[in-house]
Amino acid sequence: MLAPLLEMLFRTIMSQRIVIIGAGQAGAQAVTSLRAEGFAGAIAMIGDEPFAPYQRPPLSKAYLMGTLERARLFLKPETFYREANCELILGVSVRVIDRKARTVALTDGRTLSYDMLLLATGTRVRRIKCPGADLAGIHYLRSIEDVDGLHAVFQPGKRLAIVGGGYIGLEVAAVAAKHGLDVMVFEAMDRVMARAVSKPVSDFFEQAHRTAGVKLMLNTGVEAFEGASHLEAVRASGAAYPADIALVGIGVVPNMDLAKDADLACEDGIVVDQNCATADPAIFAAGDCTWHVGREGVPLRLESVQNAIDQAKHAAYAMLGKPKIYSEVPWFWSDQYDLKLQIAGLARSSDQIVVRGDPGTRKFAVFHLRDAAVVAVEAVNAASEYLVGRKLIVAGARVAPERLADVSIPMKSIA
Amino acid sequence: MPKIKYIDEKGTEREADVPTGWSVMEGAVKNLIPGIDADCGGACACATCHVYVDPAWLEKLPPKQDMEETMLDFAPDVQPNSRLSCQITVTPELDGLVVRTPKTQH
Ligand SMILES: Cc1cc2nc3c(=O)[nH]c(=O)nc-3n(C[C@H](O)[C@H](O)[C@H](O)COP(=O)(O)OP(=O)(O)OC[C@H]3O[C@@H](n4cnc5c(N)ncnc54)[C@H](O)[C@@H]3O)c2cc1C
Ligand code: FES
Repeated sequence: MLAPLLEMLFRTIMSQRIVIIGAGQAGAQAVTSLRAEGFAGAIAMIGDEPFAPYQRPPLSKAYLMGTLERARLFLKPETFYREANCELILGVSVRVIDRKARTVALTDGRTLSYDMLLLATGTRVRRIKCPGADLAGIHYLRSIEDVDGLHAVFQPGKRLAIVGGGYIGLEVAAVAAKHGLDVMVFEAMDRVMARAVSKPVSDFFEQAHRTAGVKLMLNTGVEAFEGASHLEAVRASGAAYPADIALVGIGVVPNMDLAKDADLACEDGIVVDQNCATADPAIFAAGDCTWHVGREGVPLRLESVQNAIDQAKHAAYAMLGKPKIYSEVPWFWSDQYDLKLQIAGLARSSDQIVVRGDPGTRKFAVFHLRDAAVVAVEAVNAASEYLVGRKLIVAGARVAPERLADVSIPMKSIA
Repeated sequence: MPKIKYIDEKGTEREADVPTGWSVMEGAVKNLIPGIDADCGGACACATCHVYVDPAWLEKLPPKQDMEETMLDFAPDVQPNSRLSCQITVTPELDGLVVRTPKTQH
């Protein structure tokens, strides 16, 4: 009994320093939560981008469209870090973690010591490997700087080739189509967003993009980019498609080299337990970079604002000696045209799907059941289905499929 | 710049200058006014930016869209004057708007 108590006292000692690596969604939340939970020691947060933590979701939506100015992207005002007494070190990356000495070495030559360390390093884009991949005119989208680079060439009439029909590719396609660009999407699989959503949702979004004038090429892997020094065409399935710009959105890879080099376990992400702790009692991880056990007991990596926020909160609880099990229901959204896709839960484990509503009305939902209990919902312009779905998932509720499918029964009376 | 007044559940009043075109939620977040979580950053996806609008101002606000209406249906302690603050865009006409933040957003 004594040991955990001592441990707790030790951890709440005021003179401690917590170092956060990565100044993104999870890092910013960790600062908020550490202070809200009463941590009074020092906090330093190091980010390799030149910006204070900002929201990425608008990057492929309103910020790309030009309807949201940069100042509105930031998660917190600058005064926040001052008032929270958080030393924000930007434009500098952490080179190496020395677990024995409990220090991190920065690229600016400094060394910082820590009592506890949070890895909130997120992900980086997966680069395409094919001939011509280094040509000018080929873009990626993860950061403010990426979008600013794309903006300069994002003009009506330009031919934009999007490689990858996932969330980011399709969100960019929607913005570009609205903006008057001539858009082609190349997707290697037989449907869009195949890794993330069920077939009815894929089919619906495929149709929505075609209706908006986007040329969608499924089962079509890009083989090469062609051009002298600047992109001129995309080669796919043996044919050349003329293009002025390409946007590659083929997924991301977790930033875990630091953890690996420090001999922390890594899978497709930094391995953490249900308290967001690594095997080193002084090191925690949160957000896109973690390989964690979800509420279904299966290890996975999530890329979402919800996961970044909730894991950062849980890492803060654990650091301050008040661990709580992370078992939040995942949620996510994507905006394309006038369509809001809202997802809760994890569909991958389902054994039955129920469609509620007619996709033709641009308002419908797909429920996923396992052993008759609701495990996930994908809702298009259908907020009550989404919100009731979330509640049903939390409760592990069993609902008769006929009731879910019957739009004459309001969602409220199903809850 | 329009001034928006935020009153928390204990009655503490805080005023902020919020640029036209921003949302009432952003006005709070960017001025460190507590009581609004805004997990989704204004995408109308989280319902953690719930506020009660001062009755005197209710009429002056643009009406709720379907999505907001439904999201609110499921927020805790909803009242007839409940709104999602990320869905209220600040305009010069809203100078002086008063909103109250709820006890909890979760
Ligand atoms: C274009 C786009 C659209 C998105 N849309 C949505 C959406 O609609 N809904 C949704 O839920 N999610 C969306 N996401 C995902 C969401 O933004 C991420 O899940 C979230 O940002 C993850 O937060 P994080 O803190 O884990 O990582 P990040 O926000 O990526 O922050 C990690 C930071 O750490 C830095 N870093 C890495 N290594 C080091 C180092 N060694 N030293 C210093 N700094 C380092 C990185 O450069 C980065 O700045 C979107 C993402 C993108 C890119
Ligand atoms: S901020 Fe998420 S719904 Fe308003």
